[in-house]
Amino acid sequence: MCLAVPGKVMSIEEKEGTRMAVVDFGGVVKDVCLEYLPDLQVGEYTIVHVGFALQRLDEESARQTLALFEGLGLLEEEFGDQWELAAKAAGADQPADRPADEPGAKEARA
Amino acid sequence: MKYLEEFQNPVLARRLLDEIHAVTTRPWALMEVCGGQTHSIIRHGIDQLLPEQVELIHGPGCPVCVTPLETIDKALEIASRPGVIFCSFGDMLRVPGTDRDLFQVRSQGGDVRVVYSPLDALRIAQQNPEREVVFFGIGFETTAPPNAMTVYQAQKLGVKNFSMLVSHVRVPPAIEGLMTSPDCRVQAFLAAGHVCSVMGTEEYPELAERFKVPIVVTGFEPLDILEGVRRAVLQLERGEHRVDNAYARVVRPEGNPAARQMLADVFEVTDRPWRGIGTIPASGWRLSERYRAFDAEHRFDVGDIATVEPAACRAGEVLQGLLKPHECEAFGTTCTPRTPLGATMVSSEGACAAYYLYRRLGGTSSAASAAPATSAATGKEASPVG
Repeated sequence: MCLAVPGKVMSIEEKEGTRMAVVDFGGVVKDVCLEYLPDLQVGEYTIVHVGFALQRLDEESARQTLALFEGLGLLEEEFGDQWELAAKAAGADQPADRPADEPGAKEARA
Repeated sequence: MKYLEEFQNPVLARRLLDEIHAVTTRPWALMEVCGGQTHSIIRHGIDQLLPEQVELIHGPGCPVCVTPLETIDKALEIASRPGVIFCSFGDMLRVPGTDRDLFQVRSQGGDVRVVYSPLDALRIAQQNPEREVVFFGIGFETTAPPNAMTVYQAQKLGVKNFSMLVSHVRVPPAIEGLMTSPDCRVQAFLAAGHVCSVMGTEEYPELAERFKVPIVVTGFEPLDILEGVRRAVLQLERGEHRVDNAYARVVRPEGNPAARQMLADVFEVTDRPWRGIGTIPASGWRLSERYRAFDAEHRFDVGDIATVEPAACRAGEVLQGLLKPHECEAFGTTCTPRTPLGATMVSSEGACAAYYLYRRLGGTSSAASAAPATSAATGKEASPVG
């Protein structure tokens, strides 16, 4: 749960008075809150935990860590369909009738 | 040492291991605090590459595992109510409560939703003003700032149908609790890197001095862990006990000041029971008075909850480093990721899950080496190579 994943800031905008960014995690793109690193700029790398940028990271470290996480399946664990993962672990079917607006559903990959 | 091949930089890994072997002259017991580190250690067989005299004891740093059963049961009760949308991170779905889990609540018709970020839960509340939206706010100091910001935003935006079931925990009081336990064998700590990315290292010198233990801030990747072990063993061999930062590319001494400020505003320190361990003074955070209106425990009268832990589950001993997972009688027999007795068997950071995935057939690390990249949280089967 304390895993933080490195990503690259692609764009920044204010949403409802909150500084938000679009961050690319090796192909998976997420909205990320920048309130804890307000001076982060487009093109910089950051480590992100549950949708929040927590620290800066240099590009080389970010790329190495992302490659490692990808190889270990940790990106799938972090960004994949959590119901699917839980259902597999339980040896059960996924609960039916999941709401369409659930953010945990499959994410578009860039 | 064929296992070294899966390290990103086998040459560097070999060098770190050679140095650790060269400097180790006596038995030492190191505790890695974070469950993410435990998984990395077991998956890569790091404990088996180290000198026999260097033992890694797995710590209580799995937030899912230490969330009190009573809180889990409260979550299950709230999530079952009509009119409630219950939002959680995915790794809570299969954590066993007294008689069910969130996955089953959803199957029985409860509106349980998985979110990636707590801000997603707030957005769901804004989109569903006629429903009560509750977010399950658990985790260590890494996860607390995002949750704190979400409550702050809820108040700022006047989202009255949002609340949070808060069960945050703090690492330093847990270290203190472990060190004052009469059973404690820990001689050095590998502190959790991402916790320190928020909190910095300022809380640790006092602990290192009082208990005469080296505390080395350590990352999660295999090379990070080898470097953390190397620095800890060097200190132990020299009779030193300092705070050292082996994860400087992410951890600054002051941590993230904006996040720490928000934590101080939204939360207040409280005593917190840890599942399987007991109450540790000042080891938790709850919402402060100003934000009490967003506390799900105040909003929902969940009444008296009678919790029952399975007698066969020894997760508490595992979490305190007193028992290795495979030494438990239930391990791999009555307790598996499919039929877990305790949270340590389902969480992606639980020590029991790590041993089950990578060690259950023969106790060598070859399963870790030979297995395809599997996701620990999913319970996908690792190759049965022993």
